[in-house]
Amino acid sequence: MRGRNRQVLIGGLVILASIGYLVWTGTQQALVYFYTPSEIQAREVGRTGRRIRLGGLVVEGSLTHAPDTLTYMFQLTDGGARIPVRFKGIPPDLFKEGTGAIVEGQIGADGVFDADLIMAKHNEEYRPPSGDRPSPQELYRSLIKRERS
Amino acid sequence: MTAELGNIALWTALVTALFGAGAAVIGHRRGNTPLFEGAHNAVLVHWALVTIALLSLEYALITSDFSIRYVASNSSRNYPVWYKIAGLWGALEGSLLLWAWMQATLAAQVVVMYRRKHRDFLPYVSAVLMGISAFFLLVLLIPANPFERHAPVPSEGRGLNPLLEDTSMLVHPLLLYSGYVGFTVPYAFAMAALITGRTREEWLYITRRWAVAAWMFLTSGIIYGGWWSYHVLGWGGYWAWDPVENASFMPWLAGTAYIHSVMIQEKRGMLKVWNLTLISLTFSLVIFGTFLTRSGILNSVHAFTQGAVGYFFLAFLALILLSTVTLLTYRADRLKSEGAVDSFLSRESAFLFNNLLLVTFCFTVFLGTLFPLLAEAVRGVKVSVGAPYFNYVARPIALGLLFLMGVGPVIPWRGGSWVSLRRNLLGPALAGLAAGGTTFVFGIKSPWVLMTYALAVFVSAVAVQEYYRGIRARRKTAGEGPLAALGQLFVRNRRRYGGFIVHVGVALLAIGIASSSAFQVEQERMLKQGESLEAGRYQVRFERLTGSEGPTHVKVQGIFTIFNDRHEAGRMTPGLRFYPTQQEPIAEVDYWIGFKEDLYLILGSFDREGSWAVVKILVNPMVSWIWIGGAIMALGTLLGLLPAGLLPPPVKGERS
Repeated sequence: MRGRNRQVLIGGLVILASIGYLVWTGTQQALVYFYTPSEIQAREVGRTGRRIRLGGLVVEGSLTHAPDTLTYMFQLTDGGARIPVRFKGIPPDLFKEGTGAIVEGQIGADGVFDADLIMAKHNEEYRPPSGDRPSPQELYRSLIKRERS
Repeated sequence: MTAELGNIALWTALVTALFGAGAAVIGHRRGNTPLFEGAHNAVLVHWALVTIALLSLEYALITSDFSIRYVASNSSRNYPVWYKIAGLWGALEGSLLLWAWMQATLAAQVVVMYRRKHRDFLPYVSAVLMGISAFFLLVLLIPANPFERHAPVPSEGRGLNPLLEDTSMLVHPLLLYSGYVGFTVPYAFAMAALITGRTREEWLYITRRWAVAAWMFLTSGIIYGGWWSYHVLGWGGYWAWDPVENASFMPWLAGTAYIHSVMIQEKRGMLKVWNLTLISLTFSLVIFGTFLTRSGILNSVHAFTQGAVGYFFLAFLALILLSTVTLLTYRADRLKSEGAVDSFLSRESAFLFNNLLLVTFCFTVFLGTLFPLLAEAVRGVKVSVGAPYFNYVARPIALGLLFLMGVGPVIPWRGGSWVSLRRNLLGPALAGLAAGGTTFVFGIKSPWVLMTYALAVFVSAVAVQEYYRGIRARRKTAGEGPLAALGQLFVRNRRRYGGFIVHVGVALLAIGIASSSAFQVEQERMLKQGESLEAGRYQVRFERLTGSEGPTHVKVQGIFTIFNDRHEAGRMTPGLRFYPTQQEPIAEVDYWIGFKEDLYLILGSFDREGSWAVVKILVNPMVSWIWIGGAIMALGTLLGLLPAGLLPPPVKGERS
């Protein structure tokens, strides 16, 4: 009987060891570290081709857009260093110059950060309806009017 | 007035809860019947008082009493009445009040059901339940008071978070909370068993159906949450391993382990400490999940943000863990195992491995969820743990669980021979291999998907085989027709045959998850009027944009013509809703749901004059299998829960 119990025990240990291995390799591969532009410039971190996140402000005047290839080029800064970023795709609505953004991807051979994900910082704070910004009704008046006519 | 009434009701409910807890224990110890009866009446009064508090808040919400901060922040005058009602659980304070009310209702139900039956357990059960209630009331009275007034009184409320303006809002939280709250009954009985020293299987028998019912609600709540995410959140997925999702998934894993492991204790008198630990773990994870989602320590799509509440939950969690460990140590001498695993090839060992997998699964989710916090605290680095980690770890564990789901129910207790194993498993195993082989021939090369298909078919084949054998046996021994035999199988062993249905549901769910995550087709592009984009066998042509005004928002929709293999198949109109009170628009996706695949359209940015729009097309294979699987899981659990009174009595023949 003890022998049978030992079989179960060994089976259990094998399962535990495999899951332990999974967690270990999983955290090694899938963790995405977050860096600021200065950290990347100073410590040469994240140049090993692994996926990282980079966060900062989109530098005013740095954003260019090539509509035919859907490619956006811009720089991210934390006040010190500036890191050039290339992004192919459709950025989120809130993404614009002068606002905070986090990008995910890796640094390419040319030193440009190749991002495949942009997270624009969003502000969930309540905004009273009568702000400086035009109301949705005004913004989309022409679309609404066309529907009525 | 309403606010004062609500606050008074909450305070008196707190006092009543504390009195009930104390009186139940003291009355029982001293054999003082009036005190003991008084304690049970206190539980009922407590329920009435929390009900008054709940109705006060509902009244304030329905009448738009914006002098109450909570109402002003979560409701609006021009809402239809059911959204006003749903405002109750639209934010932190109200949702905790709903929780407290469900907790009170459950305590009252337990007292009414068991007041004449389990007189030795009941005082401690009601004391524990009242203790939990008192905690929630304390939170409602101090850091998260839903009746707090504010000045000046605004003329209009802010309304719900627009994401919550959906009918699912009326269902999902209620299901989830029922599940969470339901697990407190087996927990309370477990604690009562430890306190009284009546640690034999009695508490398990009493709470078996409570635990299974709680599991059913939690399962439905989680899957319904996936559906909500899929059709409302507008990112094309149903599960993102978001901390709030993980917060509901962790107690589900522990609870699933629990409802399986109790069967070993019932049959063999083993794993007593383990079962007590598991139910405490399940309950602790419910509280931990609430802490995660309500303390604001983690960033998440649907986290409530509020600070002080977190400390209350953390302290309560510490109290639960400490008291459970103390009680377990105190009663260690009574918790000796009466049996041992006799064989590696036995149902006991299959259940043990199932438990090991479920609990370590739970631990890996826990680790992944908290890793960013740990890494920042210990090493000072900022990291994110995303879906890749969870998917990587979850896949092999889930396949292991699927395998055991097939094997476990057909290995005999105490151990079977290889011959009997072959007799029970050969057919299903061949069916599984055939399914895997066929899908391989049809060009599916992903090993994960192939294994999922093979194991899912294996599990379903085991279920079909067991139904078939059961019916055949009854037809032979009792001479019943097939339908009568099926009915009798259920009457005699609802748990086993309900369980098989649940397992088939899980198999379908697994197929849906594997297919939709492996074969999703995604296309995104900016289209001018008249241009088309292709995704799979669909072509999507952008026609024009239209705008409309709703009661709370402005909606802009894109009109797209869909071609299926070049044949015009219809129109889809994904849109964006713009709320004057929100910076970001809310996507309103459009989808066609099919058995084989869903076509799913999301409108991105667009030109204000209507000349171009960005569209994202997703072709999601077999997502509907997830909803069907989930529904079958709930149905199987429900059948297993049917009270004996509702079923025809068992007829002659041996009891299985």
